[in-house]
Amino acid sequence: MSELTLTVMRLGFLAVLWLFVIVAVQVIRSDLFGTRVTQRGSRRQDARPQQSGRQAAAPPQQRGGQQAAPAGRQRRGAPTKLVVSEGTLTGTTVALQGQTITLGRAHDSTIVLDDDYASSRHARIYPDRDGQWIVEDLGSTNGTYLDRTRLTTATPIPLGAPIRIGKTVIELRK
Amino acid sequence: MSVVTNTTTIGAIEAPSRRNTELALLAFAVVIPVFAYLNVGLAIDGEVPPGMLGYGAGLALLAGVAHLVVRKWAPYADPLLLPLATLLNGMGLVLIWRLDQSPRLIALAKRSYGAFSPSAPNQMMYSAIGIAMFVAVLLLLKDHRTLQRYTYISMVVALVLLLLPLVPGLGADVFGAKIWIRVGGFSIQPGEFAKLVLAVFFSGYLMVKRDALALASRRFMGLYLPRGRDLGPILTIWAVSLLILVFENDLGTSLLFFGMFVIMLYVATERTSWVVMGLLMSAGGAVVVGSTASHVQSRVQAWLDPFECLKTAPEGTNMAYACDQMTQVLMSFGSGGILGTGLGQGNSDLIQFAANSDFIFATVGEELGLAGVMVFLLFYGLIIERGVRTALAARDPFGKLLAMGLSGAFALQVFVVAGGVMGLIPLTGMTMPFLAYGGSSVIANWALVGVLIRISDTARRPAPSPAPNPDAEMTQVVRP
Repeated sequence: MSELTLTVMRLGFLAVLWLFVIVAVQVIRSDLFGTRVTQRGSRRQDARPQQSGRQAAAPPQQRGGQQAAPAGRQRRGAPTKLVVSEGTLTGTTVALQGQTITLGRAHDSTIVLDDDYASSRHARIYPDRDGQWIVEDLGSTNGTYLDRTRLTTATPIPLGAPIRIGKTVIELRK
Repeated sequence: MSVVTNTTTIGAIEAPSRRNTELALLAFAVVIPVFAYLNVGLAIDGEVPPGMLGYGAGLALLAGVAHLVVRKWAPYADPLLLPLATLLNGMGLVLIWRLDQSPRLIALAKRSYGAFSPSAPNQMMYSAIGIAMFVAVLLLLKDHRTLQRYTYISMVVALVLLLLPLVPGLGADVFGAKIWIRVGGFSIQPGEFAKLVLAVFFSGYLMVKRDALALASRRFMGLYLPRGRDLGPILTIWAVSLLILVFENDLGTSLLFFGMFVIMLYVATERTSWVVMGLLMSAGGAVVVGSTASHVQSRVQAWLDPFECLKTAPEGTNMAYACDQMTQVLMSFGSGGILGTGLGQGNSDLIQFAANSDFIFATVGEELGLAGVMVFLLFYGLIIERGVRTALAARDPFGKLLAMGLSGAFALQVFVVAGGVMGLIPLTGMTMPFLAYGGSSVIANWALVGVLIRISDTARRPAPSPAPNPDAEMTQVVRP
């Protein structure tokens, strides 16, 4: 093999290795500053007017809507998972398989809440005999809210109704 | 009670899955080692190596299987981890195959064992087992939080793994270090696997205890000193790693475990005092052992002045071997220069013993030069960066600590090996992850990457869209 070919290959190989690093760094860069930043910004702007409009309009309707809704929603089937939709644990999901789910700051809870407003054993969610999921406040300091009402007794959870504990909101989904 | 829709969690930004990016990078990561293989063949024999197609197909098959599994079972995982690991593993295979071609090493093997068996096919098999391990981790570990349940079991398992080489009849003393066990015809390095299990224990333990360790402390000379009773765990780990050092004669393993614990302690508590204490304790331990154990002493001599020690060390002793190796390694790096001699054209086989395992980085240094060494260190750096990024993006404290601990251990291992080979710190018997010859190391590191990919999949999974608000349907917005 001629000296020239080998030299070209040697330099070419080093160039290819560095090219890989550059491509990898580009991937990281698009991960950080990709098109999603503009998406996120625009989405936020879009979301705001809707949100404030919804908030302003919702309260007068709320009472009537809440009473009618649960029966209608239950017929759609049993929930299969519990989803954290707000708070530091956003996106966490727990499969519902008939087990009791405990929520609180205690580290042996199913969902460990890192939240100053949560008690160490805050609430639990469990299925009753018919498979209906029930949420019960365990004597917490700051209370557990289902939609906008503070829980006083064990209450069945309608599908998709927000359960609020401190800054965390969880929902049951299909 | 305001409804906030945008989230501040890093991982919660709506992320595309990036699997196609991973596939493209993976193809690139397979082509590069094939190019290297061709380069080695042309340089040594002057013709296209006959095994090139088979080698390329094998690597592509392994990478393809790993990619399909990630696509199916961890769709939102980080796109860089798998290609980087594949590239390093592929380059390791090429370098090992290149050293298999060396007439010097073949002659040495024939002289000392009576026969020469090439290492590259074995390493290919280990890589396949490694990928199988990676696939198994992704299939069996659906959620990394389940590992949290096994916190204290992990501690016991890790201790057993660490102490196995000391069991008489099972452990094997290989050139001074007792870090191997022999089962059947295979020798296994249980320490490599203990690394993973210990990371699980440390993260489970620190998650529970971090408040006590971080908050209950006195301020003294600008440092927060923890209470005496909270010192228990760090003292225990220190004692265990010293025991490993004394009885197994392995500086690398004990440094790795103690270092990993200190890193995780710092990350969990945000207290600099732990780092200061950790450094002091490891320095104290190293000095004590360095001045007593003869095995470590010869390494220290070889580190301080290899050329002088080569002249003074008695012929045939352990110290003479250590110094000889070190001088050859330094010569390798030196003769590589900036751009290297080219693949297959160096003389790094003069290192002779362990040229393809502990000292494989010297081959990189000689044949690819400073430019090549830097690029390999960058590959490792990128893997570590993605691991730390995963820790930042993870939502649960256990996942954060686990990702941080695993990438910290990986970083320490790279530092200890590269630093040892380049003469920055005394040499320790550890292997360059993915690059060096050795089954345990390759398999354990593929499992490590599997766990990182699992955590990053959970961390980068987009947050579920908010449930349709039942009120919204009934609200009528009257616009003028």
